[in-house]
Order: sequence, then C-alpha cells, then structure tokens
Amino acid sequence: MPIETRAAESFVEKPKTFAALHEEIAAGRTKAADLANEYYERIEEKNPRLNVYLSLTKERALAQAARIDDLAAKGDPLPALAGIPMGIKDVLVMQGAPSTAGSKILQGYQPPYDCTAVARLEAAGAVLLGKLNCDEFAMGSSNENSAYGPVRNPVDTERVPGGSSGGPAAAVAANLAVATLGSDTGGSIRQPASFCGVVGVLPTYGRVSRYGLIAYASSTDRVGPFAANVRDAATLLGVIAGHDPKDATSSAAPVEDYAAESDKPAAGLRIGVPQEYFAEGLDPEVRAAIEKGIAALEAAGCPIKPVSLPHTKYAVPTYYLVATAEASANLARFDGVRYGYRSPRSATLSDMYSHSRDEGFGAEVKRRILLGTYALSAGYYDAYYLKAQQVRRILAEEFLRAFSQVDAIVTPTSPFPAFKIGEKTGDPLAMYLADIYTVTPSLAGICGVTVPCGTTKAGLPVGMQVLARHLGECTAFRVARAVEAAEI
Amino acid sequence: MAAGVTVEDVERVAQLAHLELAPEEIEPMLRDLNAILDYVAELNQLDTTGIEPLAQVSELENAAGSEPRSDRLEPSLPRAAVMLQAPETDGTFFKVPKVIER
Repeated sequence: MPIETRAAESFVEKPKTFAALHEEIAAGRTKAADLANEYYERIEEKNPRLNVYLSLTKERALAQAARIDDLAAKGDPLPALAGIPMGIKDVLVMQGAPSTAGSKILQGYQPPYDCTAVARLEAAGAVLLGKLNCDEFAMGSSNENSAYGPVRNPVDTERVPGGSSGGPAAAVAANLAVATLGSDTGGSIRQPASFCGVVGVLPTYGRVSRYGLIAYASSTDRVGPFAANVRDAATLLGVIAGHDPKDATSSAAPVEDYAAESDKPAAGLRIGVPQEYFAEGLDPEVRAAIEKGIAALEAAGCPIKPVSLPHTKYAVPTYYLVATAEASANLARFDGVRYGYRSPRSATLSDMYSHSRDEGFGAEVKRRILLGTYALSAGYYDAYYLKAQQVRRILAEEFLRAFSQVDAIVTPTSPFPAFKIGEKTGDPLAMYLADIYTVTPSLAGICGVTVPCGTTKAGLPVGMQVLARHLGECTAFRVARAVEAAEI
Repeated sequence: MAAGVTVEDVERVAQLAHLELAPEEIEPMLRDLNAILDYVAELNQLDTTGIEPLAQVSELENAAGSEPRSDRLEPSLPRAAVMLQAPETDGTFFKVPKVIER
C-alpha cells in the first residue's frame, strides 16, 4: 500500500479496555461485526499515512464476529477475547492469508496452516483484522527494513515506531487494533512498545509456542502480545501461553492466571536497579522518567536495591553473533524450491538458489546472513560463535544471581526515545546499539514487560522494562501495574 | 584487533550462503562486516576458558516434566495445500532446473 508524505502529526488514540468491550458485547449494546467494520473504516482512513497493515483478513474476521454475535444473541457465555479486534505481525502465519515477514521473498505466500498463538487467540474469540508491517524477517530496530515501506510512529509521524514489531506497536497506539501479537528476538516487542507508548510483553523462552512463527534466531525467538494496558496484555498472555506438542522447546509449566495475579499489589516485591543500564549513552530525559518510575515503585511499598550486571556491555556483540549465526541457518530454507519467490534467471539449480535469494532478500537480511555465515565458517567458529555462546552463559548466570537478591529488575527499555525516520539507516552498527538494554534478557531467556513511564518534553513516550526470572511473568505484571497506576 | 575481512572473504562467504551479491553490493558489505566484526572483537577482552557454551536456555528454566512427545503417527499437512504454494510443481513433486546432464 502506498505511503503518503506530509508534515508530522499525531494519530494517538487509546482503545477501550477488554473489560469494557466484553461488557458491551455481552449486553448486546455493541455487535462484534459492527466493531470490526468500525475498525476497518478507521484502517482505511489512517493506514495510508501510517503503513501499519500490510494486508487485511476481512472475510475471516467478519465470519468470526458473526459467530460471536450469535453466541451473544443466544445469551451463551462468551470466551475471554470475544469480539476483540486484533492485528497479527506478518511473521506469524495465518492459513490462507498473505504472510510475507516483511520480505519480497515471501510475496504472495499463503501458508497452509495457522500459527499456534494465532489459533489460540481465535479460539478465545478474538477477531483478527489483518497482518501487520515489520522489519524484514524481524531484523531491525526501526521498521525501516520492511520491503513494504516504513511504519510511521502515531505519536509523531516523522519518527520511527521502533522495530522489528513496528506495525503491532503502532496499531495499538493509533487504535487500529485493540491489541496485537508480535515477536521479540532481541527487543522487537519491547523497544517498539516503548517508542509508541504501549505495553509489550516478552514471555519467558518456551512459555508461548513458536510453531508458525517464521524463524529468525530460534534460541531467543518469542511470540508475545501488545496492548494499551498491562491487564489486557496479561489476559492475552494467558490465552496464548502453554505447552504445544508442535514446539519441542515449549514449556510444560502450568499457565497462571496472569490477569488476576496482576491485580495483586506490588508492595513488598524487591526491585533491583542495575547501574550498568544507567551509564553513558542514556538520554537524560529518559533517565529522569525512569527515575520517577522507580520513585513511584518505592512509594508503592517496593524496597529498591542496587544490583550489578557487570558484563552488560558484552551483550550486544554476543547477541549479534548468536542471532546472525542462527539466522544464517534458518534462512537457508528460502531457496525458491518449495514456496515464495523463484528468480526467472534460473538456468541451473545453483543459479536458482542464489538469484532467488539475491533478488528476494533486502540489504539488512543479507548483511546478517553473511555475518552469521562468516561466524560459523571454518576457522572462525571458535573465535566468534563459540566465544559468543560462552559469554551468553556468563550473561545468563549473572541475571540468575541478581534474581537471588531481588524479585524484579527495572531498566529503561531503550537508551533514547523514538528517533527520526532515516536518522540511523546509514550505520548498521549504530542501529544495533539501540538494542543495548533489550538483548541480554533475550539471551538469558527471562521474561519482561515494558510499560509506559512518562514522556520527554517533546511528548515522546518513554518505556520502563520490568524483568523477572524464568516463568516469573506474574511478578513482572504486578510491578508493571504499579508503574502504570502512578501515571507518570 | 581489526577483523580484516577482504573482498575475497565476502565473496567466499556469499557463496557459502548461496547469495550472489551484485558488484555494487560488495564494497558496502565489506565496510559493514569489518565495522561489526571490529566491534564484536570486544568479546576477546573476556577470558572464557573452561566456560561451557550456552546454546539454548531451557536448561536454566528448571522446567518440570517437559517430556518427549509420544512416537505416534500423526497427519501432516495435506499435499495439495502445500503444493499450491510451490513456484513450479507437477502436483506431486517440486520441479527445479535440470541438475544432471545426459
């Protein structure tokens, strides 16, 4: 879809809560079908400017809305997400719907199956409006790597929404969906949520099935929700979490009632503040906002304790070696044989592979495939890949030690607020450094929630990252609720 | 430590990855890879002797009872639906350019 260019403007609008919509639909005051159509009208009006949706799944959405309206008319009990209009990041496959992963190489691909998390949302009554823009194969921190054009930040359309889940974050911020589903490998849910002023969840590795998530770096890839408030994000996690026989790494641990747990006060939870996340490079206005958030937690009865994560500065190099190595293997499947793009310049099988990949992949994807291939190649494996895996253990164990002293750790989600479109595109390394606070939890496999925590003077949102130990989602949600309630 | 990646290295790695870079793509890629590899060389400041590599995190989670799934036949995706997505197919097989010359 073409993107218009105009002066900066704001598209921010807060969606209603799940509770409010549930009540309206159950009482028959709102029809799920009318609600879906209302969202489609808004999308038609605003998407040309924001470029949030790549494709719409109207038929499927309206059929689901009709089912919900039938249930409501009969007075039957409604499922948890009955009639809630949602959007899905385009790296999560939906049967028969275009699923491009933001790449030309998957243009026209219509997967023959549903992603587990998507199927669970729909089974819980959600109305899935369409597929959302993102960086190509979820590789990026600004959504500028999408083959289908950048997403604009609804807070300020001259700025990026963050990435790679720029579409899912911006859709919630502009109320083009009540909630959305994204994926996070090195910060791809948390950073855009913070840039757009919404809530984003990084579930523990294995908490949500990865079946049907187009793989980037399998050992850190997570599927997680975006919502306008913490409680709704917790409700969504409860729906999509849980063991899936189709993902061998999915956890068999019982799913908790995250929404109800998030209602419990945070008082008494010990909060760790790592000095390494407040060092050089942190924007002073972001620091000031996060310090207000920490003061609010203290006022809510949480003891604040300094903790130390001294190897933090090694996290970005470690992440970019581990993730690109895994990406180089995962993206080998795009070869023009079974699905996706095949180059017409395919005289031999070998030509077919290399031409299809060269024409189908964008610059950042090629850069990461080459970096990962280099790190795995003979003579370099020990120096780069093995070394990074060793440092990964140091980083993970450092977090586990910190969690023996505190219940949650709070940090800024990003060192700076949303930057201007085009500001960092010329320098891949500068873009990688945007992930400095989000990659370590990714490597360690722990969970977290990013929650809005004030704004800069220019009105740009700041996000606080609340981290908890493996399967400690309830704790992270309780702390995030306390920050949200302080209305910083 | 400068990584010192050369044009030949880029071409070799591109070949390993089945990526045929256009001539104008090589130079920027060389510059970026050297910058990134110089940066990741920071890891060499750390002595990691004797540290077991961490390839995946499930072992840290103490996840109870993640048992292997039972070894049972289950239906997979219907062939027709899968073949519908193939760039070239006869309905049973994926067709590719001829590999063996007679």
